Amino acid sequence: MSIMARHQILEKNSILLVIGILLVVAIGGLVEITPLFYLKSTIEKVDGMRPYTPLELAGRNIYLREGCYLCHSQMIRPLRDEVERYGHYSLAAESMYDHPFQWGSKRTGPDLARVGGKYSDEWHVTHLTDPRAIVPQSVMPGYPYLAAELDYGTIAAHLRTSRAVGVPYTDEQIENAEADVRAQTNPDDPGVKDLLKRYPKAVARNFDGQPGKVTEMDAVVAYLQMLGTLVDFKLYDDKANLR
Amino acid sequence: MARTISHKPVTLGEGGLSLVFAVTALLCLIGAAKAQDAPFAFHAYLGAAASIAAVFAILNRYFARPLEPPPQEIDGKPNYNFGPVKFATLIAVFWGLAGMLVGVWIASELAWPALNLDLPWTSFGRLRPLHTSAVIFAFGGNVLLATSFYIVQKTCRTRIAGELAPWFVVLGYNFFIVIAGTGYLLGVTQAKEYAEPEWYADLWLTIVWVTYLLVFLGTIMKRKEPHIFVANWFFLAFIVTIAMLHLGNNPALPVSVFGSKSYIAWAGVQDAMFQWWYGHNAVGFFLTAGFLAIMYYFVPKRAERPIYSYRLSIVHFWALIFLYIWAGPHHLHYTALPDWAQTLGMTFSIMLWMPSWGGMINGLMTLSGAWDKLRTDPVLRMLVVSVAFYGMSTFEGPMMSIKVVNSLSHYTDWTIGHVHSGALGWVAFVSFGAIYCLVPWLWNRKALYSLKLVNWHFWISTIGIVLYISAMWVSGILQGLMWRAYTALGFLEYSFIETVEAMHPFYVIRAMGGALFLIGTLIMTYNLWMTIRHGEAERALPRMALQPAE
Repeated sequence: MSIMARHQILEKNSILLVIGILLVVAIGGLVEITPLFYLKSTIEKVDGMRPYTPLELAGRNIYLREGCYLCHSQMIRPLRDEVERYGHYSLAAESMYDHPFQWGSKRTGPDLARVGGKYSDEWHVTHLTDPRAIVPQSVMPGYPYLAAELDYGTIAAHLRTSRAVGVPYTDEQIENAEADVRAQTNPDDPGVKDLLKRYPKAVARNFDGQPGKVTEMDAVVAYLQMLGTLVDFKLYDDKANLR
Repeated sequence: MARTISHKPVTLGEGGLSLVFAVTALLCLIGAAKAQDAPFAFHAYLGAAASIAAVFAILNRYFARPLEPPPQEIDGKPNYNFGPVKFATLIAVFWGLAGMLVGVWIASELAWPALNLDLPWTSFGRLRPLHTSAVIFAFGGNVLLATSFYIVQKTCRTRIAGELAPWFVVLGYNFFIVIAGTGYLLGVTQAKEYAEPEWYADLWLTIVWVTYLLVFLGTIMKRKEPHIFVANWFFLAFIVTIAMLHLGNNPALPVSVFGSKSYIAWAGVQDAMFQWWYGHNAVGFFLTAGFLAIMYYFVPKRAERPIYSYRLSIVHFWALIFLYIWAGPHHLHYTALPDWAQTLGMTFSIMLWMPSWGGMINGLMTLSGAWDKLRTDPVLRMLVVSVAFYGMSTFEGPMMSIKVVNSLSHYTDWTIGHVHSGALGWVAFVSFGAIYCLVPWLWNRKALYSLKLVNWHFWISTIGIVLYISAMWVSGILQGLMWRAYTALGFLEYSFIETVEAMHPFYVIRAMGGALFLIGTLIMTYNLWMTIRHGEAERALPRMALQPAE
C-alpha cells in the first residue's frame, strides 16, 4: 500500500508527473531502435546495392506522391508461398538507401519488391494508364496523367539532399544528374556509357515508347523495372547473414 | 471610443502574437513568391492569409474587449473559458463527417474502381491518407482538444491558462489539418503512413503542440484541487508522448526551403522501426490514452458513479504507457527487421492485453449499481459499448501480434477490420458519447434535442460497424488463406488477381457498413444542431454578460 501512498507525490506535482511519463515512455523506443543503428547484423552484407539513378529516384518520388505504398508492399516475407510467388525474401540491405522505406502494410495489390523485369515496359505503360485494359478484375486506379512531362530541373538538388541524409551519391553523380535522366530514357544517347558506369545494372531504354520526351511514365516504369534487380541471389550467401 | 482605447493596455500576448503573425505573413509571402512547386506556393498563400486573418482577429478582440482581462473567478466560482472547447467540438463534428464521407468514397473505389475517375486528386492513393488523417487527426484530434480543455478546467476548478494561447492551439491545429489535407490531394506527402504531412506542416504542428502542452500544464499548475485527476494523467501522457513520437519519426531535410519535397533522415530498416514505433503509438497514445481520459471523466459523470477502482487506475495508467511503446515491431513481423526486435514487439503486445483490459474493467465496473441506466440513457449506452469495443479490439490486437497469426493476417483486410473495430467502435463511439454530453453542457441546454435520435444513431452505427468488421474478417482471412493455398501437385493454387476478385462482395458490404456509420453521424449532427439552436436553456445566465467576446 505504501507504493500507492507514494504515488500521491506524482498526483500532486505536475512536473514530476510529466518527467515520470517521459521516462516510462522513452524506454521501449530506446531499447528497440538504438541497437539498429550500431548492431552490424542489422543490415546484411551484400554486393550490388547502389543508389537510385536520377530517373529511378524521380520515378520513386512519383510512386510516393501517388500513395502506391498504401496498396503495394515491397517486403517479401520468408514464407514458402511468398518466396514462390514473389521471389527471394527481402533483405534489409535492399532498402538501405530508401528515404523513406516503402515496405508497406497492405497488399490490395501484389508485392512489388521484385517486380523489376517481370513484365515488359509496354505492359507497365498500358497497365498504369488503364489497368483494366490488361487485368479486367483489377481494382487499381488508372494513371493516364503520368503521360505528363517529367519536371527534373531540380533533380541534382534531390541527389544532394539524399546524400546529406546518408545516400552515398558522388560529386560526379550529382553533377551529371540532369544529363543522366535524359540518357537513361534514350538508349542512343552518348551519355549512356557513363551512366552505366556510374550506376551498374542500370537500364537505359525509352520506357514509355514516346520518343524525344521525358515523361513521368518513363520515370515510374524505370523505377518499377529496377525493383529487386540489384542483388544477385545466385551469389548471395544467406547462411553468412543468419541473425 | 478613442479615449477608452488609449487607456487600454495591450497585453504581451496580444502585442507579441500580432508581431509574430505579421512576420509569419511576410515570410509566407516571400515563400509564395520564390516557391519551386505549385502546392508549396498554394500553402504559402494559405499561410499568409491565415496569418493576416490572425492579426486582424487579435486586433479586433483587443478593441472589443473590456479594459480588464476576464476574471479568474466570479462569485467564488471559476470563470471557465469554453470558447475554444465549443469551437473544437463543432469542428470535430464537421471533420468527422468529411472524413467518414471520404472513407465511404474510397471503400466504394475498392469495390468499383471506376470511381477513381482517373484523376490525380480522386485516386485512392491520395484520398486514403485524407481519410485516415481526417478521422484520426481532424475528428479525433479536435475531440481530444475539446475534451481535454473542458476536463482540465473542470477537474482543476480553474480557468484555462492563457487567453489567446488556447485559441492559438485549436485554430493552429486546424490550420495544420487544412495544410495536411490539401497537401495530400495535391500529391504532397512524406509517404509514411499516418505521418504523411511534409516538413513545413510538421514544423507548424510542433509549435502548436508545444503550446498545447504549455496551456494544459499551465492549467494544471494553477489548479484549486490538491490532486491531479486521473483523466489529466492520460491527457498528459498523450500530449507528451505524441510530441516525442512526432519528433522521432519526422526529421527530414527539405530539398529546398521553398519547396514541399523533403527526404526523411532515416532509411530502410531503421526508418521502418521508427515508423511503426510512431504508428503503433499514434494508436496507443492518440487513439487510446487520450480517449481513455475521456472515458475516465465522462463514464463516471454520465453514470453518476465514482470510478470503480482508483488503485486500478494507477496500475492501468503506468502499465499501459510503459508497455504500449514497445509494441511497434508487431507491424513488421517476418520482415527484414531483426528477429530480436520482432520478438520483443510480440511479447510486449501480448502483455499489453492486461492493462488494456484493466482499463476496460475499470470503465465497465464503474457502472456497478447503475446498469439500469443503459436501458434509459442511449448516451451512456454509447459510452459503455465503446468500452466494450475497446475490450474486443485490445484482445484482437495482441492475438494478431502473435507471429503465426500475423503471418496470415498481415497485408490483408483483417488488419483494416481490426483497426475499424477500434476506430469506429471505440474511438468514434466514446467521442460521440462525450459530444452528446458536452453540447448541452457547453450551450447551457437542459438536455439533448432528442434521445430518440441518439437511439437511432446508436443502432444504425452499430449495425454499420458489425457489417464493416465482419466483412473485413471474412475477406482478410479468405485472402490470407488463398495466398498460401497449394494444389495437390504442390503449386500455388490461386493467382494474385483471383484473390482480388474474391474480395469484391466483401468490399461492397464494407462500403455499406461505412455508409450506415456515416448516416448515424449525420443523425447526430442534426440532433446537435437542433439542441444548440432550439434547445431549452438550462437556466438564466447572469454570467453571460461578463464573459469576453470570443
